[in-house]
Amino acid sequence: MVDRTGERLLDTQGASNAGLEGVETQRQLVLRAFRRHKLAVFSLWVLGFLYLVALFAEFLAPHNPHEVNARFTYAPPQVIRFIDTNEDGGWAFRPHVLGYKVEVDPVALRRTFLEDPEAKYYIHFLPEMQRGDERALWGLFQLEHHFVGVDGRREVMFLLGTDRLGRDLFSRLIYGTRVTLSIGLVGIAISLVLGVLIGGSSGYYGGRIDNLIQRIIEFIRSIPPIPLWMGFAAALPRDWSPLQIYFAITIILSLIGWTELARVVRSRFLALKTEDYVSAAWLDGVSDLRTIWRHMLPAFTSHIIATATLAIPGMILAETALSFLGLGLQAPVISWGVLLQEAQNLRALADAPWLLSPGVAIVVTILAMNFLGDGLRDAADPYGENH
Amino acid sequence: MLAFVLNRCVTMVAMTLALSFVCFFIIQLPPGDVISAYAAELAAMGDTSAHDIADELRARYGLDQPFIVQYLKWIRNILIGDFGHSFNLNMPVADIFASRIGLSLLVESLAIIVLWGFAIPIAIYSAVNRYSVGDYLATVLGFIGIAVPNFLLALLLMYVIYLFTGAATEGLFSAEYANARWSLARIWDFLTHVWIPVLVIATGGAAQVIRTLRANLLDELSKPYVMTARAKGMPENRLVLRYPVRVAMIPLVATVGWVLPTVISSSIVTAIVLNLPTLSPILLRALLSQDMHLAGALILFMGMLTLIGTLISDLLLAWIDPRIRKGMIDG
Repeated sequence: MVDRTGERLLDTQGASNAGLEGVETQRQLVLRAFRRHKLAVFSLWVLGFLYLVALFAEFLAPHNPHEVNARFTYAPPQVIRFIDTNEDGGWAFRPHVLGYKVEVDPVALRRTFLEDPEAKYYIHFLPEMQRGDERALWGLFQLEHHFVGVDGRREVMFLLGTDRLGRDLFSRLIYGTRVTLSIGLVGIAISLVLGVLIGGSSGYYGGRIDNLIQRIIEFIRSIPPIPLWMGFAAALPRDWSPLQIYFAITIILSLIGWTELARVVRSRFLALKTEDYVSAAWLDGVSDLRTIWRHMLPAFTSHIIATATLAIPGMILAETALSFLGLGLQAPVISWGVLLQEAQNLRALADAPWLLSPGVAIVVTILAMNFLGDGLRDAADPYGENH
Repeated sequence: MLAFVLNRCVTMVAMTLALSFVCFFIIQLPPGDVISAYAAELAAMGDTSAHDIADELRARYGLDQPFIVQYLKWIRNILIGDFGHSFNLNMPVADIFASRIGLSLLVESLAIIVLWGFAIPIAIYSAVNRYSVGDYLATVLGFIGIAVPNFLLALLLMYVIYLFTGAATEGLFSAEYANARWSLARIWDFLTHVWIPVLVIATGGAAQVIRTLRANLLDELSKPYVMTARAKGMPENRLVLRYPVRVAMIPLVATVGWVLPTVISSSIVTAIVLNLPTLSPILLRALLSQDMHLAGALILFMGMLTLIGTLISDLLLAWIDPRIRKGMIDG
């Protein structure tokens, strides 16, 4: 708070020195309007954190996400304990988790995991990779250490429990962040290009082209998207590599996603077309493309950014739903939707409710993106009456 | 009015044709065709004449002809009620439809009724009591409705019910009523099951409806005629319900156009998670096994359902609001 007011003071001082009191650039106005939206600013931090996690997934994950542990199938989450007491009654600040004691029900042959107070696994920063755990950051740099973890080959740390094959859910969640969050970004990038091109030409040329494009958009929006996505996704060849499937899925999602962006771009174009400065550029003999690029686009980039942000959650939800149904990304690729596939039936849920934790991640992400988008939309027009 | 109705109907036919084209395109998408898969299966079972059978089948279904010819044949067959054959279930697609369509439509209509039944009063309340605790609560609920995917909500509900009652809640009937005739007991059994999917499907669309109606109503409430009526001493309840709500509802009727796609989309995912005996799990199974004729027909059907719903809502809207049928404002 303090430094923000300081900053604002400095701003006004600088402005008055130049003899331009009360004059701020559009960028400053937008930034100020955005900062006023506390929830949006907070969401931006949350999303920034999530994208950092996605970026450094290999370094952050405590276990290899593909490592199968036959001894620890459906092991419940461990709790981090910060205070370590010894027999003499002394204590020290040493974060650790407790190991598992396995009890087998002699009748049902069901295993239950209990905490073993004897087995204390201390948590270290930057432990060395376990043998056989080879991870390369972005597939390029071989890592010697990872962020946090426990020592030794018999010590384990499952902060969110394990799945059907004893794989660490926390590490898998971290890896899934990369795929799920990037699908939203790549998908929106494709939609953006399509939306600006198609919506732009619709608004700029008007007439018959506009009419045709509007009918197409109307048509796409009147069909329920899920069955359409499912149809396209199911038609993907089975022998494609994970990367091919990934891009195919983003393209499928964008096929419907561009319509909303095109509508916004078109309505902005229609509004701007009659502005004097656009007519002036046109009368000066500036080419169509340059008029659009140089004079019209900058006037509504903020609107486009806001609409695009609000469209990302839809992409993420669609990917999650498709993967959950088994039509989207497939194992061994890890995305949040693929992880939730494990929780598909009641029996798995009853045994291991922690399998739903990727759902929490989804809800947090979608909420943050919606709040951020709302904040951006309000800030996009800083001259409005709300400011 | 007649011109408007005609115009809408022509648009509807054109859209249906476009939709059928998309569906047929999806049917044709997977590399190879159903017949080759079927032939490979026959050959694997040791049938030496597999190749001949495949050729014969291909000729019978016209698979050796160009895309557009096949498409026209497909359309012609659909018009006479032949939706093709499901190779996986080894049944005519039309029969599969007939056995499940009733429950599908029932669940979806119930969901729409519940959606409006909840969303409209909540929206009116939060617009009239703007910035009250209830309004904020509705906003928060709305955001959660947007952020929690349908399948997750269905899973959560299933798990919570299991925790409290120890019973698995799947399907629309208990085992003893699954194939029974309709009776009072079966209807009761149906009602005890159907509320879960209906609730899950309704929440997704409700958030949007609340947002739209609340914003519309807020616009209306600040208009001079409301103030005049209030100044004249009209009771507040009657005032709100009689005039602004009716005006604010008009754009809402127009939103049927997107409520329907949302409801159908979410009903698919929900029905699959809860394993309902509706068309949706069939669609998933068909897609997973690339039984494309069945899948294509299902997607066509679901798309047509929304198109017809939108048409009806457009006609209703024009009937309510003369400005729309005169083309003065967009529907």
